[in-house]
Amino acid sequence: MTLVRLAKEEEGVGLSAGAHFAGVKSAMLMQNHGFLAAINGIVSFAHLYKIPLLMLISYRGAFGERDPWQTQGGNVTEPLLRAMNIPYSFLDAPESVEKRIRQAHTLAESSLQPVALLLTRDLMWVE
Amino acid sequence: MMLRLDCLRAIYPDLENCLVVTIMGALPAELQSLGHRPNFFYLQHAMGLASSTGLGLALSLPHQKVVVLDGDGSLLMNLGSLTTLARYKPKNLLHIVFDNESLLSVGGFPTATSTGTDLEGIARAAGIPKTRTVRTVDEFTAAIRQAISSDGLQTIVAKVEATGPKAFVTDLGLLENRFQFRRHIQSLAAKTK
Repeated sequence: MTLVRLAKEEEGVGLSAGAHFAGVKSAMLMQNHGFLAAINGIVSFAHLYKIPLLMLISYRGAFGERDPWQTQGGNVTEPLLRAMNIPYSFLDAPESVEKRIRQAHTLAESSLQPVALLLTRDLMWVE
Repeated sequence: MMLRLDCLRAIYPDLENCLVVTIMGALPAELQSLGHRPNFFYLQHAMGLASSTGLGLALSLPHQKVVVLDGDGSLLMNLGSLTTLARYKPKNLLHIVFDNESLLSVGGFPTATSTGTDLEGIARAAGIPKTRTVRTVDEFTAAIRQAISSDGLQTIVAKVEATGPKAFVTDLGLLENRFQFRRHIQSLAAKTK
């Protein structure tokens, strides 16, 4: 596995597309505000050119969020995914993580489109 | 000032064995007017991501030369990409930036390079190991031939006139281009096995 650290999340759409053309599997790991920052790339590259994107998105600003600055992004994450017609599910327990990532990847590859997994508070943070 | 089309015509034979990723608009229309090839991918939207796409290809296929044909308007929308290219320094990536100081394909609005922003300087400061600005077709051709035939990440800024074709839509479909490009890469992989 190769980790590529980016300056901004939208670069990841190009990186993933290049990897896909080369026959290499990839996943983008980012926070939901990173997803917001990548939206033009997702629509005007991944959707337009039918690029499978596996997006693992840390779901800040949902129930239990303590940081006020995260709350607006939390409000719009799922509505935006729905508006963009991006299939999504949740990673909420360690035991199902591997299977859901595999399933999300399979759907991205078969449908040639972006697919999202939201990494929830239950999975990511000890309350 | 030199024309981008003359630059493209001069290096067209040298691109034959490279994977080529372009930006949108006038540049791909000009390249296609010289003759489309299955190793050319035209990113007709998503401004800024041509360099990121080239990086994804270059890192995935380390023995394959990748050439990105970028523009000042597109690169200015994704300057962080220069820092990512510099961070990983793929030796098989050549980054060419046609700087016409204009967002020609979306209306001709002047970019910041028209008021002094130096993209070669930004690339160098980002950590790109070799950078250069060229202003004549001969200089351009020599620099590109040298870069294609040797290893090492380079950003070459070519200062060109802000002119292009009247129309940008060609009869090559976006998806046709995308699937043909991937298929071409798969056929290269099959040949080297």
